[in-house]
Amino acid sequence: MRDGAERMEQMDALRALHAARRADDVVITSMGAARDWMVLGAGPLDLPLVPSSMGTAPTIGLGLALAQPARRVIVVNGDGAMLMNLGSLVTITAAAPANLILILADNGVYEVTDAQPTPGSPGARADGTSVDFEAIARACGFRSVFHFRDAERWATDVVRVLDATGPTFVLLDVGSVPGSTGPRSPGPAAARAVELRRQLSAAAKLPGPTHP
Amino acid sequence: MFTGDEMAALCTAMGVTHVVSVADSTIGPWHPAIERTDGLRLVRVCREGEAWAVAAGLYLGGATPLVMIQCTGLFESGDALRNILHDWKLPIFSVIGYRSYLNQTTLPGDTCLVFTEPVLDAWRIEYRLITAPAQRDEILAHYMACRDASKPGAALIAEGKA
Repeated sequence: MRDGAERMEQMDALRALHAARRADDVVITSMGAARDWMVLGAGPLDLPLVPSSMGTAPTIGLGLALAQPARRVIVVNGDGAMLMNLGSLVTITAAAPANLILILADNGVYEVTDAQPTPGSPGARADGTSVDFEAIARACGFRSVFHFRDAERWATDVVRVLDATGPTFVLLDVGSVPGSTGPRSPGPAAARAVELRRQLSAAAKLPGPTHP
Repeated sequence: MFTGDEMAALCTAMGVTHVVSVADSTIGPWHPAIERTDGLRLVRVCREGEAWAVAAGLYLGGATPLVMIQCTGLFESGDALRNILHDWKLPIFSVIGYRSYLNQTTLPGDTCLVFTEPVLDAWRIEYRLITAPAQRDEILAHYMACRDASKPGAALIAEGKA
């Protein structure tokens, strides 16, 4: 994300994803994305990662993608969380699941703690530059890499992006929402884990690989 | 203490599908045997905290993962482990190498010997200390007990060098 650059609203970005995802996709969301995804309506195969250990969403997604190769696993992560676990990009591309899509909603700040700049954003860096997540993803070996700055283009292309051969990395430049709060847990985590595993087991017999 | 083939056979007996691991000088030599074993997949991670999250995803997706790391990686794993094992209550089993337990010639006074078992206790992970090859069946028995109780557990395997 670059200061002064065009950014879409995160809710608009998630709304487009919500409309484009398939019912048999697993969608994992963390932090602010989890908050907004639950407003839009999480499906039975979705995992709003609340409570979380910040930074683990991509690798939970990797495990799910390896265990469920016939379904798409979509992870929506924030830039602060991504910076906590940049090595996970290498872990993901080492295993290289074709069915994993990692979406990075980059707003440059720790939004839910009152928008302090992350070390990757211009406001916190000595040289005023921004960390280039798109270049990092390419260097780590993601098979498909996309970058969207406006919501209309993202909404137009999201189906094509989700259908690309993975592992896929999608960078979305989003704005932060002043005064926004962290996500509230939708219920006891352990019971939700049991139910998700049950749902995935029950639906495990998909017709076959649905993804290139 | 164990060969790679012995550890791979143990994983197979446990019903493990994926071994999520960071190598050390004891665990690393086991990797080739794990990789060539039918029904087992080795998932290499960059840091040990990731291992718990990958294992969590595998478990939620219906697989049977095993985390295989050194005790230094256990120290590194703190918050991920807390979230996966205690918030989400996922019964992830781990094999943890106990650095310098058998031999401190490389690292005299290695503080791994001070902190490893208290840290496992602090994280409320029931473990079995394995110091001799004859205890191999204890690992399997502890794993089965943890699996049946749907709770996490660990085998703490003594290592001879850093």
